[in-house]
Amino acid sequence: MLALTLPRKTIAHSIPAGWKLAGLAIISALVFPIDSLALLTGLLAGIIALHLVLGRDVLKYAIWMMRPIAVFAGVILAFHFVVSDFAAGLGIILRMLTLVALANLVTMTTKLNEMITIMEFCLTPLSKLGVNTRAFGVATAMVIRFTPVLINKASALRESWRARSAKRAGWRIVMPLFLTAVDDADRVAEALKARGGV
Amino acid sequence: MERNIAYVALFAALIAALGLLPKFTLVSGIPITAQSLGIMLCGTVLGAKRGALAVVLFLALVALGLPLLAGGRGGLGVFGTPWAGFLFGFPFAALFAGIIMENYKAGSVALVAGIAAVIGGIGVLYAIAIPYYMVGTGKGVIESTITMLPFIPGDLIKAVLAGIITQALYKARPAAVLSRA
Repeated sequence: MLALTLPRKTIAHSIPAGWKLAGLAIISALVFPIDSLALLTGLLAGIIALHLVLGRDVLKYAIWMMRPIAVFAGVILAFHFVVSDFAAGLGIILRMLTLVALANLVTMTTKLNEMITIMEFCLTPLSKLGVNTRAFGVATAMVIRFTPVLINKASALRESWRARSAKRAGWRIVMPLFLTAVDDADRVAEALKARGGV
Repeated sequence: MERNIAYVALFAALIAALGLLPKFTLVSGIPITAQSLGIMLCGTVLGAKRGALAVVLFLALVALGLPLLAGGRGGLGVFGTPWAGFLFGFPFAALFAGIIMENYKAGSVALVAGIAAVIGGIGVLYAIAIPYYMVGTGKGVIESTITMLPFIPGDLIKAVLAGIITQALYKARPAAVLSRA
């Protein structure tokens, strides 16, 4: 399974993940109430410049990540154009692009294990309250491991369906997929218990 | 304990796998993915607490940067759009579907699960997604609701499927439907 992090290292990778996340939270909170179009355009330009400082490929990758949002942005802009409140629509889109681009930049430049470390750190107060936070780590590892397994099973089911029918499988493979997942879950639970439990 | 963790983790992985099933397109031209079907099934199969936990775990991994949402999306950015209300609503959708399943153990599994999926996966989900969208875009209630209306037929189909699948799973592996245990 592909992660969304950049395939190469940039200077932004060496900034501690906690700082990046804190910065993102503060900037997001500050940008959200801004209404001035000029200020929002300036911010977006600044963020594009930040991408370019890290490298051209970074900007390309960021635009690729934004693709699904572009469609929605287009719809909103068209809608506001029709109801003659173009400026308001533009403001909404600029703000959204700024926030999403910045958040994506943090995702692109932070490795998964750093993120998990932060998450565990944030959960430590809970463990003092008696919540089993180790279970979270085990479950996280399991999801990361089992998502590709289940995706492979889904495509195997789809292929065997196609071998027997001219029609597409669609939702009909959801039930067998659930059955295999449930059986896997039982086996994994037994294996966990046999190895000393969580 | 181990069984609970394994079920929560496997169902979180299932939501991700369902997002990658090829989407089918309705007559209205709106593509629908099976991902929200996964959310409904978390509630109807796992019950309130475990179902909601599975969804939270799934969203946590999306936030950490794994491309698990339908269409290979993920990362912190997806929580910044006006449509993120759906993401924040997902755990509550599973929670309420689970609560309904756990409180009506007498009725037929398919019927109760179908109703639970409609109330949790559509009613509760949109009750969170629409106000969130309104705040994010500054639009009114009616406009926001109209924007989301095209997705309702697909969601109704998914609720029916959730009922059928929960029933089938209950027949094949009664012990696995934790909401009825």
